[in-house]
Amino acid sequence: MTPDSTNTWPPTCSTALLHQRAALYQTIRYFFADKHVLEVDTPVLSNAASCDANLDSFSTQRISNAEQQLYLQTSPEFAMKRLLASGSGSIYQIAKSFRQGESGRFHNPEFTLLEWYRVGFSMADLIDEMIELLMQCFGRNLDVYTLSYTQLFQQRTAINPHDTTLDELFAYAFAQGNPEAKSICGNSLSNALDYVFSQYIQPYLKKNIVYFITDYPVCMAMLAKLSDQQPITAKRFEVYFNNIELANGYEELTNVKQQQARFESELEQRKNSNAIVVPMDKNLLAALAAGVPECSGVALGLDRLLMLISDVESIDEVLTFPLNRA
Amino acid sequence: MATYNTSEFKGGLKIMMDNDPCSIVENEFVRPGKGPAFSRVKIRNLKTGRVIDRTFKSGETVEAADVVETEMAYLYNDGEFWHFMDETTYEQVSADAVAVGETSKWLKEQDKCSVMLWNGAPLSIVAPNFVELTITETDPGLKGDTSGGGGKPATLETGAVVRVPLFVQIGEVIKVDTRTGEYSARAKS
Repeated sequence: MTPDSTNTWPPTCSTALLHQRAALYQTIRYFFADKHVLEVDTPVLSNAASCDANLDSFSTQRISNAEQQLYLQTSPEFAMKRLLASGSGSIYQIAKSFRQGESGRFHNPEFTLLEWYRVGFSMADLIDEMIELLMQCFGRNLDVYTLSYTQLFQQRTAINPHDTTLDELFAYAFAQGNPEAKSICGNSLSNALDYVFSQYIQPYLKKNIVYFITDYPVCMAMLAKLSDQQPITAKRFEVYFNNIELANGYEELTNVKQQQARFESELEQRKNSNAIVVPMDKNLLAALAAGVPECSGVALGLDRLLMLISDVESIDEVLTFPLNRA
Repeated sequence: MATYNTSEFKGGLKIMMDNDPCSIVENEFVRPGKGPAFSRVKIRNLKTGRVIDRTFKSGETVEAADVVETEMAYLYNDGEFWHFMDETTYEQVSADAVAVGETSKWLKEQDKCSVMLWNGAPLSIVAPNFVELTITETDPGLKGDTSGGGGKPATLETGAVVRVPLFVQIGEVIKVDTRTGEYSARAKS
């Protein structure tokens, strides 16, 4: 279906897709009800924002107090961790999330995440549960392949991602015909790793296999706990299916000091790259100080999951009104 | 000087890259893991025809290429240049062998061609999908053979050589599909 660009009132998705989305949400709700994971609802509007150097939040003000900046969440992670600290037990949420940036075949600035946290789960436990959920959502068996980020990176590029340098990664990109990699990534090692991964590794993942990629380099830990063996890796995983990045999960970092240090270094990066400096979430840090239980959590893009289930080419085909019609 | 932001990238957009005019074949917005956002773009160099893959940082701007495609009538070849005329403005341009390339073998006076101009100068020429040309040379076929099977080579007035059915003779006008270089039919006279 090619949407008529002049006529912007009708939805870009078919009625069948409306039904498919409703059925998907029902499957997800049954799945978690059955496992006694509690559905929660947290605000999308917050006083704080994600500090991630590569994520830009939408912001707004109240008429009564123009000084007070408010931010639309980039994911419900911080609020959900505060619930975990308050003793909620395992929780999930189907949450609208917002990220500045371009629209594309896989992106719309407003999108829907399924995010869930399992108290007492290791990363491996959560991966098992996610496989079970995915098979229920697709209504069939799926071929699943779990391998480490290091294995995949080395297989494809012969570079050890835990022991590499900016120069080595840029030289690799240069040899592949992308001298511009340097200007895109700046002097961030994690940016360069991400660039090499998404240019030369991700496009070559096999079709019809769900890839769980685990154990990331420390510089890409984000909100994940670090392993205690050598080499130290971040207990983070990502899920790719038919070239679509579907989910990102962590065995969650529960140490407040480490989390604060990571936020501070991210804010430093934001300053250096002239990004808007946003307030870090003090409530999250206070919750971590009070004690978030050991847990694992993951955010799964539901629009993309729906794209895969219904086998469509573009995110617009699963959304009612993408931003240019919203 | 006009510029385009990466958010305006789409198939067909003409941009300057490495000092050459290029056309965007395909554009994909990429936001890896949690890394930097960029656009992955397939670009055709309009001078060489080569397609390359490049990436652009999100928000980066590039210079627009002043490239237009226009219909022009082919006038004549002076031995070095092929001359074309815009039939509404009567403006004339001359294209060199690089711009004309393989298309030269289909060019017949007065035929309407699609001319791609960069800063007013021809970059490439596309012949009409079908041209009608006279056969100047071919072996005499067997009389009564209308099967068309096999066929034979025939040289056309422009120098092009195409395979034609055995029953087609010297002096006849045939219709050729320039996209495939194949005989299509005898022209109705």
